[in-house]
This record gives sequence, structure tokens and C-alpha cells, in this order.
Amino acid sequence: MNHSISLTVNGARRDFVLDDPRVTLLDLLRERLHLTGTKKGCDRGQCGACTILVDGKRINSCFALAISHDGADILTIEGVARGDQLHPVQAAFIAHDGFQCGFCTPGQIMSAIGMMQEAQAGNDPERIRECMSGNLCRCGAYAGIVDAVLEAQAGADESSQRRSA
Amino acid sequence: MKQFDYVRPATVAEAVAAAAQPGATYLAAGTNLLDLMKGNISRPDRLVDVTHLDGLDQIETLADGSMRIGALVSNADLAHDANFAKSYPAVAEALLSGASAQLRNAASVGGNLLQRTRCAYFYDTASRCNKREAGSGCDARDGENRTHAVLGWSENCIATHPSDFCVPLVALDAIVEIEGRNGRREIALDELHRLPGNAPERDSVLEPGDLVVAVRLPPAARGFAAHARYLKVRERTSYAFAIVSAAAALRIENGKIAEARLALGGVAAKPWRPRAAEDVLRGVAPTTDAFQEAARRALTEAKPSGDNAYKIELARRIVVRALTLAAAGTPARIPALPASPLASTSGAIIHA
Repeated sequence: MNHSISLTVNGARRDFVLDDPRVTLLDLLRERLHLTGTKKGCDRGQCGACTILVDGKRINSCFALAISHDGADILTIEGVARGDQLHPVQAAFIAHDGFQCGFCTPGQIMSAIGMMQEAQAGNDPERIRECMSGNLCRCGAYAGIVDAVLEAQAGADESSQRRSA
Repeated sequence: MKQFDYVRPATVAEAVAAAAQPGATYLAAGTNLLDLMKGNISRPDRLVDVTHLDGLDQIETLADGSMRIGALVSNADLAHDANFAKSYPAVAEALLSGASAQLRNAASVGGNLLQRTRCAYFYDTASRCNKREAGSGCDARDGENRTHAVLGWSENCIATHPSDFCVPLVALDAIVEIEGRNGRREIALDELHRLPGNAPERDSVLEPGDLVVAVRLPPAARGFAAHARYLKVRERTSYAFAIVSAAAALRIENGKIAEARLALGGVAAKPWRPRAAEDVLRGVAPTTDAFQEAARRALTEAKPSGDNAYKIELARRIVVRALTLAAAGTPARIPALPASPLASTSGAIIHA
């Protein structure tokens, strides 16, 4: 039986006919939309490489059946920059060497963006490490990742102060 | 993953009818179910998706002071609900010590209760496992069983229940609201999970079609907010299941313990509530001696199921430490590393 769903992906509405209910958001993004920035690492919710934002919240897309997310608003790594202008978290990862091979990086960046919106960790490195523990990095770029998040958070704090001043 | 039919019911009644059919199972966030299906451990014929049902995602304070949590509230939304975290801090701490931020954002309250064991032999379809396949045997019994049960186990199954959330909930007398083929009923969370006995394939007392619709904390559960902790020993700093965990909650009046609540995680097929240990604390001063006596009572019936005798002593020590930290007072903010027994807390005797 075919199922029709619609999603908003990086701001654009997309309609899909699913001929198999087993397809995950991860596979839909990669195979149907060719948005291959979202990585398939373990495919079992352990590595975080597939992290995307669904309705503003970071989740593991490997554990999300597309059919169950009819109507969802999805943000992937392809949707965070504005044209040539990198998202501040992307720029901070480059500035602080927050990666080596780069495979986990889209998931790390999406997770960091989600974490900053959750506003639980602030600028506390220990809380950032804990709140980012769902993203593994085999190269061990964790120190750079924490520094990148701290810088991005500092920038976000500064611009919110400017707005409220 | 095996092929399945997908059903999206419009009402709870439709959901119950659809899920009561043989081979059907409920889908909420899928953070445990999809993992089990990808590994061919669970092979449902039909998924009944409850995530679009109305009315199951509320956190409400009832007139009598109870708090009612809809089964579809996410683990993260519940932990970060300011009113909830203030009223039941050990439950919020337990939630934040579980899984990863991504999983907590997705995973539901109902799903957390009903998650399956992480016993490696349950997950390995080449192994014999009475929980996965009734009557097939238990390869954990003579296998790698360092992390397995030390309480309530049977020769048929030595798996543990993996939830952190359930541990303080059981300590606080949480109630589970269930919608089934014969309408609505409620049971104590302590009665939901089964010990393995001769039927380890049945994790809980739920019948086909039964849907957990809410979890409720009774009015008295608020009385412990000033002295409540959850502590969890795990094999890495974050994002790991408990080897042993403990929830401790005290009501202290005039320097004496008016009432104590205690529950252990990672030690049995269900959250373990050692009521005899609670009893010895009633009316006494919150001293290390009293906590050590409570810990001794809590583990009286414990016995190793394999290479895990160390968990009994570890559990005693975690009980003493959880009670000690609870007596010192609930921290103003959940620590950076929630539930870590290794984090320092000023003013507390952590090496009791």
C-alpha cells in the first residue's frame, strides 16, 4: 500500500509517495532528495551522525520513520547556511578545527545548533560536553568541537545582548 | 527489517482495537522499537502509530496536587518542564542521565516505561534467549554477564530493565493509566514490570491492545522535593545504561527522617523498591550508620547471577551515597553530569 506524506525540508515543501513504510527520514533525505550531508553512521541511534532538526528539535533521523513524520518541518546541514554565508556554528567549527575526517561533522553541527536552541548548556564546557554526548567523533576532535560551540554560543549571547540593548 | 503494515488510528479506541490484533505493536517515537526491528529482534506484522493521537502530550497538575504526564510527552520536555523538575527533581535528574539529547528529544514517556532490556544475548539473534524466543534457553547464564541481574532473576532470564526514569518513579509511587479492550484502568508502576520467573518473554502485565496513556505522580510525591537524588554508575561518563543506579528521596522533619523512599535500577528485570530498607529509616536521624543499615537491608536478598557479585556491594554503596546526597539537599540546579556519583557536591560526604 502506498502512503502519501508531505514534509517541509530546509524551507521547501516536499511531497512523497512511500511504497514502503520502512523508510526512515535518514534514507528519505539521502536517497530521495539526495541530501547526503546527513550521514548514515551506525544506523542504530548510537553515533549521532544522522542528527537533524525536526520541528526545531535535534533527533536521530535513523530512528524516525518518515511515514510517522507526515507534516514535519525538517532542517538538515544543507539548510543552515544563507547562500555563501556560513552558519555561525559552521564557521566556528572551521575556526577551531572541530573535525578531522569530517564524517561526523554535519551531525555535530546540527546537534550543536539544536543544543544552543535548547539553552541548557550555556557557556559551561562541562554541560556542553554532556549535551553533545550523543555525537561520536572517531577522530577525537572533541576539544575543538567544544571550543567551536563555546565561540558560537558567545556570538549568540553577544547578538542577543545587542538586540535587547 | 521485516515488512509490516502501517496503521495510523484517529482515536485511542481505534488504536486499542488495531493493536489488539496478533502481531501488532504500538509505535511511538521508535527509539527502541526501530532499533529492535532493524536487528530482527522484534518482527511485528503491524505498527499502530500513536504519535498523531490527540491529548496524550500534556503535563497537567490535577486539583488534588497529583501531576499527570501524557504518554507522548518527550523525555526532554518532561525533564525541562520547570514545574515538574522542581516538584520531582530526582525524576528530572534520572531522565537527563539517560540516553543522549537526541534520543531524549524523541523518546516518549510511555515508550521509556516499555523499553526492552539491553542484554546483549537478547539483541544477538544467534544466541539463545528466553525473552526473545520463549523456551529457547539463556546464553547469558553462562556468558558475559557482568552487568546482569542480582535481584529477582530466575534460571530462565537474568536480564535487567534499562530505564533510569522508572527508578525514581517507582520510589514515588507513580501510577500508570492504561487504556485497554475493557476500557480504562490504572496500576502502580511497581506492578507494571514482571520478574522473569518461567515467562521472561513477558516484560510487563500489559495485555494485547493495552496502551499506556499517562503516568501520574500522587500528591505525596511532592513532599520529597527538598531531599531527592538519583545516582547512576555507568561504564562511561555519559550516554550509557546503568550498571547500578539508585533513587533516594527523604522527608526530613526536625532533624529526623519522617519518610524515606528508595529504588534501585540496573539490578533486576524491574525497578527494585526495597521497602524494608525504607522502613529502617523512618524516625531516625539521617546518619551514615542509618544509611548503611538501609543499604544492607536493601540488598539482603541479592545473589549473583554470574560474574556480577561486585554489583551487590556496588549497589549498597550507591544506596548509601544517594541517601547521603539526598539528605544534604536537592541541588539548586541539576549537576552538569546528571546522576554522576563522581561529581563533587559541596558539603556532602561522598565517600561514605
